[in-house]
Amino acid sequence: MNAIHARAAGASPPSLSIAIAGSGGSGVMTAGAMLLDAAARSGRYGLMVRTSGPQIRGGEAAALLRLAEQPVGALDDRFDLLIAMDWQNLHRFADEIPLGAASLVVGDGDEGEPPAVFLADGARAALLSLKQIARAIPGAWVNMVTLGLAGALAGLPRAALEAAFRASWKRDGAGLDANLRALDAGIEAAAGIAGMSRLAPAPQRSAARAGNAAAGRWLVSGNEAAGYGAIRAGVRFVAAYPITPATELLEWLAPALTKVGGTLVQAEDELASINMAIGASYGGVPSLTATSGPGLALMTEALGLAVASEVPVVVVDVMRGGPSTGIPAKSEQSDLSFAVGGLPGDAPRLVLAPTSIADCLATTQWAVHLAEALQAPAIVLSDQFMGQARAIIDRPEDPGFFAERLTADESTPDYQRYRDTPSGVSPMAIPGTAGVTYTADGLEHSESGTPSSQARDHRLQLAKRERKLAQHDYGTWWADVEGDGDAAVVTFGSVTGAVREAIARVGARGPKLRLIALRLLAPALPEAMAAALDGVRRVIVVEQNHGAQLYRWLRAMHDLPGKPASFHRPGPLPLRPGELAEALLDWHGARSSAASARTRSGQRTTETMQ
Amino acid sequence: MSAAAVAAPTLTQVMAQALAIERAAVERYNALADVMEVHNNRPVTELFRKLAAIETQHVQQILAHMGWKSVATAPTVWGLLDGPESVPEEHVHYLMWPWHALQLALGAEERAEAFFARLAETAADEAARRAALELRDEERVHVALVKAWLERTPEPGTDWADDPDPPRYTD
Amino acid sequence: MTETLCPPAARTPADYKSATKPVWCPGCGDFTVLASLTRALAALQLPPHEVAVVSGIGCSSRIPAYTACYGFHGVHGRALAAATGLKVARPDLTVVVTGGDGDGYSIGGNHFLHACRRNVDLTYIVMDNHVYGMTKGQASPTTEPDWDSKLSPGGTGVRSFHPLVIALASGATFIARGYSGDPGGTADIIAQAIRHPGFAFVEILSPCVTFRPEQRNWKQQVRPASVDRTDDAARAARRIMTDDGFNIGVLYCAERTQYPLRRERVGGAVAALESEFVL
Repeated sequence: MNAIHARAAGASPPSLSIAIAGSGGSGVMTAGAMLLDAAARSGRYGLMVRTSGPQIRGGEAAALLRLAEQPVGALDDRFDLLIAMDWQNLHRFADEIPLGAASLVVGDGDEGEPPAVFLADGARAALLSLKQIARAIPGAWVNMVTLGLAGALAGLPRAALEAAFRASWKRDGAGLDANLRALDAGIEAAAGIAGMSRLAPAPQRSAARAGNAAAGRWLVSGNEAAGYGAIRAGVRFVAAYPITPATELLEWLAPALTKVGGTLVQAEDELASINMAIGASYGGVPSLTATSGPGLALMTEALGLAVASEVPVVVVDVMRGGPSTGIPAKSEQSDLSFAVGGLPGDAPRLVLAPTSIADCLATTQWAVHLAEALQAPAIVLSDQFMGQARAIIDRPEDPGFFAERLTADESTPDYQRYRDTPSGVSPMAIPGTAGVTYTADGLEHSESGTPSSQARDHRLQLAKRERKLAQHDYGTWWADVEGDGDAAVVTFGSVTGAVREAIARVGARGPKLRLIALRLLAPALPEAMAAALDGVRRVIVVEQNHGAQLYRWLRAMHDLPGKPASFHRPGPLPLRPGELAEALLDWHGARSSAASARTRSGQRTTETMQ
Repeated sequence: MSAAAVAAPTLTQVMAQALAIERAAVERYNALADVMEVHNNRPVTELFRKLAAIETQHVQQILAHMGWKSVATAPTVWGLLDGPESVPEEHVHYLMWPWHALQLALGAEERAEAFFARLAETAADEAARRAALELRDEERVHVALVKAWLERTPEPGTDWADDPDPPRYTD
Repeated sequence: MTETLCPPAARTPADYKSATKPVWCPGCGDFTVLASLTRALAALQLPPHEVAVVSGIGCSSRIPAYTACYGFHGVHGRALAAATGLKVARPDLTVVVTGGDGDGYSIGGNHFLHACRRNVDLTYIVMDNHVYGMTKGQASPTTEPDWDSKLSPGGTGVRSFHPLVIALASGATFIARGYSGDPGGTADIIAQAIRHPGFAFVEILSPCVTFRPEQRNWKQQVRPASVDRTDDAARAARRIMTDDGFNIGVLYCAERTQYPLRRERVGGAVAALESEFVL
């Protein structure tokens, strides 16, 4: 067995990956959420993503979890355990639930045999009459049996499972008891199943709520974290138009904004939402909207207006499979090219990307700060994976970024809104301030804001708008640079977690790779990148899209050492640490310049360009 | 749709109305001069500026006559946007000739004359009535002046509005 | 408008005009609309720096820079959206939205519907000249179906848009029509519209001398509305549905809860929001 994947049977694994699946009201999502919560209560870390069919309700669904002692940044190469309450249409998720010889598949015997695809890699099957067990307890739900089973197989204490269930129970007392009995039935059933590696006993980190609070751990999704980051930076106006997978970000902001004195307006379309946000920002209030690829496309004209009229605004693009309507409920990193280059005219703008669920908070907070400081639009490239996954994380430190806009004082003599300044940033008059009224304009303009078609004015304003972004001091936040090897892996966004884990696995085999996880994608920072690449002789760019968008952007904007390589694959499937580690080893070890492509049965084709 | 005159105006009100009319005329002629200047019609720009200057003199005359120090301290009358001396916007054209502008001015003066004549009929007292009649006579003089001015101003031919160039796109 | 003597006002209409000279064609109705707007603002004595004029793209959308107020010259058709964001974020400002019939009823049509629904305290002034003037004369939504143009030879053949009907059906609470040839009346309507608590829609017939010179005869066609305004939507609907497009005045004025509903701002602590994440 490949050393990268092997775990000694019986030894406590570093992490445990569990998939819970079913359909038609079996309560898959709830079970998954409770399992994650239980892990949190018992002092573990974890990550949960969800996948489902297109039906609004009753469709096939799976909750995909990875639990560990340390914070989890990516899904593992395969699942250790798949519990399926039924098999309806579940073969659709076969690609998303990779299994191996060490995996265990538990199915309900009354629901038929597990589809062949789940057993093709040698996984072991066990059959339990989950639904019968549940039916034997009046008022009990089958997903509670599943929860008990999964929790016990994972080594989670009963107390944590019960506490998670009680916290989620919103109905009357009668069902409570029945479901606790179902939980116990599931735990009991686990005893009859051997050969499952369990998580190590709970660490010293206390399972009590007080302990968690003291340790400062959160259970949060990327969308929620981004919303909180926005508010923490000072956003007090949000315009919202729902779109998968950004809707929850907006829904989280609605009550949150009210609590801090802000407002959220539901717009009639994305054209309205971006223009509302710009209007509110023109009025001096830090503003934001969130969307996905198709919505961002609708917002482009207004983003150009924000560039030209120098009005700050932040748009969170929770990327999904593209192009066009694409794959709404799946993750991909394919809006990068559009975000960094997709505006008519020479229109410099800020593009940022959080590197993890936790980082959604700090990066959104930073994006607001930058947009306000530089009076420009900022696009935050989150994605469906980070946005909708829930993770147990250490309480993130507050990076301390706030909206601090340079504004004009009342009655400034000879005030010119778009006055050329060394930094490129000119004080902005806020409506209500006497003596400095002006008209903001998308038309090119003179320094006073009067529309102008003169060459001198156009050159001056173009240079001003470019300079204010290019010459800003972004400090060390623009990228996470880890390690000092002479071979570097460059990546961004949600892929960072898998890359980091792959680099660690590779490191265990010898080669020490440097990681550069970009947080600021535009403007490009040639000097900072050159410093980050100091001593690097070869670079590979890893990303989740078909067009190698980051690879092309970096090659366009920077002098990269050696012959830069690219590992890219579009969604909907996540990039996993194991396959990345193999690809990095291949790339690092290869001495010839021949291109190589490998396929393995049951795995996806990787593309490695040299 | 013109503004109704104040019913039974006193002397002060009559003079305040006259002041407002003249001030509106100054503003109007200056605005028209601006429009013509933007559209590169120098002769008419100069004409409107001249008319604005003349009306400014009238303003000064009224202030002096009433002992009002400045327009800022003089009584104000509202609502005469479309008063008698206002020029209907639709009768200006970027290619108009000074002759056209004087026709507009003539119409304004004639309307003003009629306005003060009506005002005299409803005046509150003799002083007001006499003031209104004086103003009417003043306007009559202006009418004659403009007519004389027209006599020595060339009349445009029928092709005055011809422009070989089509309208342009701007933004 | 009162004709009585008043003490010297702090601000005159001239105080609401900027030094920028309009580039509109001589004879354009928008000149008097600008005069009416400044007259209305002066009548209300609003400090110019507390007024924002928001516009889209088109000849009439040039108006913000010609005022001494704060201005926002946005993109085509989105003025109502930008104005909504501005007013909701800054309820202390007086926000006036301006534009033409193309900007407002074609590309802006969707935002028009929802602005009427929302009833944010805005004043929306549309200078309707039944044409796209800035792009050299194409039919607009309010153009007659048989009006010949290069883009639609022989006419579009499409029934014209009836903005007042749409506004009423969508929930606007103040609906009026003005005419640029009646500056005093228009100023009065605009002042009332600004004072109206909620979304006020004022459509002003404003002739385009360059592309629709025949609109000079609007002067003979407009008339004051023969009936007083109503606050009864059904009655207003009957009148507006049979309106020939030339009745001038405030046709409908009613009261409805403004948006947003909650006016009080709660000043909660940001850090308190974290508690829902804490395990």
